[in-house]
Amino acid sequence: MSPEKLVYMANQIAKFFVHKNDDEAIAGIAEHIKSFWEKRMLTEIYAYLDADGTGLDDRAKKALQRLRDASPLSVT
Amino acid sequence: MGLIHEIDYGTKPGTATRLVHVNIDGQSIAVPEGTSVMRAAMELGTQIPKLCATDMLDSFGSCRLCLVEIEGRAGTPASCTTPVAEGMVVHTQNAKLAKLRRGVMELYISDHPLDCLTCSANGDCELQDMAGAVGLREVRYGYDGENHLDSVKDVSNPYFQFDPAKCIVCSRCVRACEEVQGTFALTIEGSGFSSKVSPGIGESFFDSECVSCGACVQACPTATLMEKSVIEIGQPEHSQVTTCAYCGVGCTFKAEMRGEEVVRMVPYKDGKANHGHSCVKGRFAWGYATHKDRITKPMIRARITDPWREVSWDEAIAHTAAEFKRIQAKYGRDSIGGITSSRCTNEETFLVQKLVRAGFGNNNVDTCARVCHSPTGYGLKSTFGTSAGTQDFDSVDQADVILVIGANPTDGHPVFASRMKKRLREGAKLIVVDPRRIDLVRTPHVKADYHLPLRPGTNVAVINALAHVIVTEGLVDEAFVRERCDIADFAEWAAFIAEEQNSPEAVSALSGVPADLIRKAARLYAAGGNGAIYYGLGVTEHSQGSTTVIAIANLAMATGNIGRPGVGVNPLRGQNNVQGSCDMGSFPHEFSGYRHVSDDATRQMFEAVWNVPLSGEPGLRIPNMLDAAVSGTFMGLYIQGEDIVQSDPDTKHITAGLAAMECVVVQDLFLNETANFAHVFLPGSTFLEKDGTFTNAERRIQRVRKVMAPKNGYGDWEVTQLLANALGMQMNYTHPSEIMDEIARLTPTFSGVSYAALDRMGSIQWPCNEQMPEGTPTMHVGHFVIGKGKFIITDYVATDERTGPRFPLLLTTGRILSQYNVGAQTRRTENKLWHEEDLLEIHPHDAENRGIKDGDWVKLASRAGETALRAKITDRMALGVVYTTFHHPETQANVITTDFSDWATNCPEYKVTAVQISPSNGPTDWQTKYQHLSDQARRIAVAGAAE
Repeated sequence: MSPEKLVYMANQIAKFFVHKNDDEAIAGIAEHIKSFWEKRMLTEIYAYLDADGTGLDDRAKKALQRLRDASPLSVT
Repeated sequence: MGLIHEIDYGTKPGTATRLVHVNIDGQSIAVPEGTSVMRAAMELGTQIPKLCATDMLDSFGSCRLCLVEIEGRAGTPASCTTPVAEGMVVHTQNAKLAKLRRGVMELYISDHPLDCLTCSANGDCELQDMAGAVGLREVRYGYDGENHLDSVKDVSNPYFQFDPAKCIVCSRCVRACEEVQGTFALTIEGSGFSSKVSPGIGESFFDSECVSCGACVQACPTATLMEKSVIEIGQPEHSQVTTCAYCGVGCTFKAEMRGEEVVRMVPYKDGKANHGHSCVKGRFAWGYATHKDRITKPMIRARITDPWREVSWDEAIAHTAAEFKRIQAKYGRDSIGGITSSRCTNEETFLVQKLVRAGFGNNNVDTCARVCHSPTGYGLKSTFGTSAGTQDFDSVDQADVILVIGANPTDGHPVFASRMKKRLREGAKLIVVDPRRIDLVRTPHVKADYHLPLRPGTNVAVINALAHVIVTEGLVDEAFVRERCDIADFAEWAAFIAEEQNSPEAVSALSGVPADLIRKAARLYAAGGNGAIYYGLGVTEHSQGSTTVIAIANLAMATGNIGRPGVGVNPLRGQNNVQGSCDMGSFPHEFSGYRHVSDDATRQMFEAVWNVPLSGEPGLRIPNMLDAAVSGTFMGLYIQGEDIVQSDPDTKHITAGLAAMECVVVQDLFLNETANFAHVFLPGSTFLEKDGTFTNAERRIQRVRKVMAPKNGYGDWEVTQLLANALGMQMNYTHPSEIMDEIARLTPTFSGVSYAALDRMGSIQWPCNEQMPEGTPTMHVGHFVIGKGKFIITDYVATDERTGPRFPLLLTTGRILSQYNVGAQTRRTENKLWHEEDLLEIHPHDAENRGIKDGDWVKLASRAGETALRAKITDRMALGVVYTTFHHPETQANVITTDFSDWATNCPEYKVTAVQISPSNGPTDWQTKYQHLSDQARRIAVAGAAE
């Protein structure tokens, strides 16, 4: 899966929470991604995040970091 | 099993609560005030002779056959138009009445051919029955005088004929067209002896405005309007009640049979969704079931460039199981998945998702709702707590203001549209929000009070603007909001919606809808009484599809239009079982009943019953599956009853994904476009060939009943079971009712559903459980499922699909009345006569600017691809917007659509694609190449020949 597409999707989600404060928005983005994204998508975007995360919305970036810290992906 | 005969009470039931006591032929009965004498008699079992009366229509009183005598009243009034009165004493039979009736019948028969033995209605003719009932023994008038016996038949309609020689001018057909269908295509032309039924002015049925719903044929008491299938085959000898397999209305039909041959499909009066009405698809377009294109033997091939090879079921199933096992061994457990079908039954979709979760060991299951109503599930669950519409269809009878957004009911959901039009003719107000001037905007005796022709992609902005007016002009139902909704959420939402950016004036510039029109529409919806919202894919298939559904829910809550008949938020579902396929756990993140796979308690319940550990992580959605295929991590797919190559967006992306897989299994009736990229073809069965249930747009679960053996040998549920067992699962269902029992055990909203309950009640609207044992016609009565209704802020975000110099127009897509989805069924019926090809609708100015004339070939190009089709110039399009359908594979309209999708659900943005159009000489190179590929991919090796 192309990281560009995943970045686009994450940023789309972030836009939905634009009216929320940082805490609520980050929690909302993280919860949405956790609920709907499959492991491969998470693996891909975490790798992109580690590379430099260019183009990711700031709140999406923080949401992904929080999500990864809370539930690191198990290696299968 | 015999032929089901429904009682015709002659007139509609009385609806008053006050009862009136009458005596008819010495028997007493109490009936609601307003009931006709004819109906009261029939409820006692006394059939008063009649011809122009039928209980689907209003009383007319023209045939003079139903005369009765009423003590204390002069004359012999018509019982169909005479309401009962307290203490009335009626005599339906005496010498005087008998003589009058015989006289009337004699006149009718004097201008009617006496060819009963060779007549197609022989045995099912009310005129014949009435002649017997009144004791007609002779006709004193010969055929020497003027008559209509030589009138010419109109056989122009492919499904029924009109034989005026047999017409008694009872007007039942004309009234059915008006009252039931609401098309007003028929009239009585001329007067006196020259009176005759006429479709339009000097037109044939086919050329007229007739929509072939069949209401006139059903109403006709003679052989004047008769199904051609009955003329060809003869009268049916047994019937079975079942559910239509076309749109989400879910009409109930009687499948009338001779042996295993369908003679005709007749809409069932007791059907709770359709109340005896039908459309051209359900009523007539069932011939695909026996079409020569149908594949009935399993086939496999090593490469998609090879010809197909017919094999036994055993070989096909064993090969598929071996391939899926091989792929999982090589690429990992998560490298395969499945797609359930919204055309298949609940039981079948439940089995496919069970196969994926418990057999494949992952959650890579998705369904075609991904590309249509997945935003409905997300939006309504987030705001109300349930992923479904709030009302039953009958609710529209109590609506005062009907708001239609992004739906075209007269084409997409025609039987419900007829109900809607009836309510509009009774005086309900109508607001239409749609880029096109859909038929509802201006149709006989119906005219929208407001049409908001918004620019595609601006739904959220316009609905926010409607809400802005409601909030800032004090039109909020504060009592409802205080009692039923989360007040803090409401306050936050109201503050947002009151911002200037959401005002009609601000929104007007980007949506193209005049501010004044938005303000008037908002006031009407908020203050016009019961406000009911109906919406379709014009809402969901956008990058903000889920946001729009949420905005609609906000609008309904703010005005208190939730929780009672006549109001609500009503998604008009596309395919017959799209609601059911979602209910059954077809999404990769949810078990049946919309419970997330990460919920430990739910998962453990499924694990206990299925006796296998289940994954608690969401699986891949359809577009993600295709992405993963291209990346090399998703290599096998089991597709039951869907054609993603033709129906899903950005065809090149879909085909690249499929072509990258090592084992694509298609289970379908026909070699569809997706089968061009398949390695295994498992033949499917039609709705006529299996038992099961469908769930329609109003959450109504209805039985599908088998009327013939599967031509392929198995019902689709049996094929899935064979595959599951070959993979090592233990599936031993002997009947779909056992699958429903398992669904009920595992799904709280279905806990009261069983085949026995369905047989008893006819149909059930979920939730059906201990609290609601009879089902739930109206949701959220008293309180929301979620507790307090949740207002959610809906910022308008413009789509990234933008017009510009290269692509200055916007393409939006949809469907038409005669065709259904990818057309696999309807294209294989006579419905093709109404729509032989996809057309591009263009506004006259856009066409003129480009030198395009009506009927010309035009090239339609977007950033994703290009195709060519013929132009239809029409001012129903807004300037700058073009429209087409996706019913024909030769066009492949989805080669144009992009992979932009809804932020929450990945539902594709079909409704907004920037395009350019230009004159063309014919199909594009891509179409020519695709046709070649398609022809090659459909080759079937001759049995015995070397591969």
